Amino acid sequence: MYLLNRQQRHVVNYSWMIVSLLLVAFLPFFLFLGLYLKSFLLLHDYSLVDLIFSREWRPSNGKFGFYPFIVGSVWVTLVAMIITAPICLLTAIYVTQYTKKYFLRIMHPAIDILAGIPSVVYGLWGILVVVPFISRYLGPWLEIKTMGYSILAASLVLSIMIIPFVLNILIEIFKSIPTELKEAALSLGATQWQTVKSVLLRKAMPGIIAAFGFGLARAFGETMAVLMVVGNVVRLPKSLFDPGYTLPALIANNYGEMMSIPRYDSALMFAALLLLIVSLFFNLVMHFFIVKYNKY
Amino acid sequence: MTLAQKIEERFFKVLMILATYFILFILAIIIYSIFEKGVKSISWEMLTQIPKGGYYYGKDGGILNAILGSLSLATGATVLAFLIGLPVALYINVFLIRNKKLVNVIRFLLDLVWGIPSIVYGAFGFMLMIFFGIQTSLLAGILTVTLFILPIMIRSMDEILRTVPIGLMEAAYSLGSNKSETAFKIFTRQSISGIITAVLLSFGRAIGDAASVLFTAGYTDNLPNSLMEPVATLPLSIFFQLSSPVPEVQNRAYASALVLTLIILIVSLFSRGIGKRYHKTKINF
Amino acid sequence: MSDNAKISIRDLNVYAGKSQILKDVNIEIPKNKITVILGPSGCGKTTLLKCLNRLTDLYPELRVTGEIMIDDNNILQAREDIYKLRQQMGLLSQRPYPLPMTIYNNIAYALKLRGIKKRREIQKLALHYLQQASLWDEVRTRLREPASRLSIGQQQRLCLARGLAVNPEIILADEPTSALDPISSQFIEETFLKLKNEYTIVLVTHVLRQAKRIADNVVFMYLGEVIEQGSVEEVFGNPRMEKTKQYLGGTFN
Repeated sequence: MYLLNRQQRHVVNYSWMIVSLLLVAFLPFFLFLGLYLKSFLLLHDYSLVDLIFSREWRPSNGKFGFYPFIVGSVWVTLVAMIITAPICLLTAIYVTQYTKKYFLRIMHPAIDILAGIPSVVYGLWGILVVVPFISRYLGPWLEIKTMGYSILAASLVLSIMIIPFVLNILIEIFKSIPTELKEAALSLGATQWQTVKSVLLRKAMPGIIAAFGFGLARAFGETMAVLMVVGNVVRLPKSLFDPGYTLPALIANNYGEMMSIPRYDSALMFAALLLLIVSLFFNLVMHFFIVKYNKY
Repeated sequence: MTLAQKIEERFFKVLMILATYFILFILAIIIYSIFEKGVKSISWEMLTQIPKGGYYYGKDGGILNAILGSLSLATGATVLAFLIGLPVALYINVFLIRNKKLVNVIRFLLDLVWGIPSIVYGAFGFMLMIFFGIQTSLLAGILTVTLFILPIMIRSMDEILRTVPIGLMEAAYSLGSNKSETAFKIFTRQSISGIITAVLLSFGRAIGDAASVLFTAGYTDNLPNSLMEPVATLPLSIFFQLSSPVPEVQNRAYASALVLTLIILIVSLFSRGIGKRYHKTKINF
Repeated sequence: MSDNAKISIRDLNVYAGKSQILKDVNIEIPKNKITVILGPSGCGKTTLLKCLNRLTDLYPELRVTGEIMIDDNNILQAREDIYKLRQQMGLLSQRPYPLPMTIYNNIAYALKLRGIKKRREIQKLALHYLQQASLWDEVRTRLREPASRLSIGQQQRLCLARGLAVNPEIILADEPTSALDPISSQFIEETFLKLKNEYTIVLVTHVLRQAKRIADNVVFMYLGEVIEQGSVEEVFGNPRMEKTKQYLGGTFN
């Protein structure tokens, strides 16, 4: 009936599992090592400080200054997080503390759909809705000249993209806080909002920080949607309404030419390495916040 | 309650309601604008033909190359990721049950790779391609996307397998099952609905991601016919068509976006339905 | 080891971290009898049972020392084939854990593990074991339904039939009726009484009346120690230890 006997099948399954596990467990190291080796050429010829803080980006002249891209990425990410954070926090409190269970059952599919919409579709929506909104209404209203393709447009699109991600973590965290704690505060005569402030938020603080941290890491690496609305101009943005450029967009836009200019491929791999390091760093730090939260 | 407290209570409650409905409102707007723009420009021709000469200047043709390309790429990557991911998730939950510390380390590593942006996988895949001398191709795309969805799949399988009660494991062992039989015959069956959901979720991610296939899968007007040839994908077809100055081509980008969104919505609906269907043999503890 | 002892436990100690769950346990379990391990909850009865088929291996925090001899074979030393060893014993746990498959396949799975491959034979034996567990009449028309559709009492009898299907010599039962209604409990007890001619049964319970109804031998445990053991007449009729008297008399605290 079977080709192999029980013991043989066990051995096959077991080795298959071990090989798969090793592949997955060493993936971060492979990624790091590979990208590091590829960007070694660049790191060998330029100092790290120069690369990161130099403003001049002219690959054909051998000038590789990543500063504008780093600044662009940081702006876009921070502004997106500033928009997302209060919305997610308020919503998470509302759906876990103030509404009946059925409301969460409506919210969950909505969050799932938001999470499932692909990045390019968000980008397209940004071009269709957000960019014209900024150039035709918001800009003129504030008396600022803008094309619409700007740091702000990217931040707005990005802030919506990370909502499902941050919100899911926050909901899980608030759900895990025992009801007895809240009941204790309520029975002392605290109002519902006071209970939220004094018990819920305080108790959940490490978890909330972790949720925002994971959101930041996610936003920092987002590529296509940002690329489509940020403007892609290598310049230090002076205001939110200026166009900018981000690290992921830099990689995605230039992969075609990178083989034709010396060290260009190395430079793009260095950008990917930077993204990897930022992502690993944030996830590492936030992991400890979560561990700390779970200890309570 | 003092008046100040009452006002504070009210104020924040209103803010919370606003935030919640804002999210639902935004979702509605996004879905509406994709459908409104897409439905206007979609046609039977677009779904059933490949680009003809002058397609990118507004002439005849369709995006069948991208639809089939995306489906084959996502299917290939999902199958590969399943073949690697399921054993890992089972190994953590059945074989390593005695070694909590090692399990925590593995879960930590999984969390780390889970957070890595897809463009980094794209760059890594591209680097490997150069190293091994492979051209942009369906195969290179599949391998890259596999790496990208692997952590997503393992994590959601792990979340389901964690909930299998230890009593079921004891029952399996007391009958004389060995560890891999317990893993592949008992644990998989008990978690089948969750495993299917995990697979479909990963499929949705695989078909929607552009940054990882940008360097690796390439683009072509032909239908996918070989693992070693470049392949067109829906996200990239949207991206390329949208950057065209010709309005007809831009309209096709909207239609393509509608197609991609519909595929993803159907997959996610499907995963809920299938989850319910396969729930039957699951034992509820 | 006395001649008719099937299992003999010697100096068994189990530690969980710093605390000790079982202390110097020595028990003789005779062949083809029902031995009831009695005691208040938390006295280590379940852990003792898990030692018998090495399910303690699943719990990294447990450390086991001593000897458990089954037919002159120290199972705590056995390195090879714990899986075969476990097939010598059928397990019935506190609540039923049917496998996530059809009713029929629950039995067929066990039979296949025993090495039976012919379909005819599997069908024949499945019928036999379902009858032995007094379940056949209730499930004969619904063998292809998922086991999850059975009532909890039926599930427990299915687990019993499945346990018998691996052809064990010993049945280990850990408060098997605690989650069941009275009728189902009675079914299980009657089945045990029928089975004891062929099997050595070890039953863990904290229900005094159940012990009185079906036990041949009684082991009374308290806080991880064996206080008293002997035949049911000795222990119930004429307990020697103060603790046993208190427990039997209901004045236990």
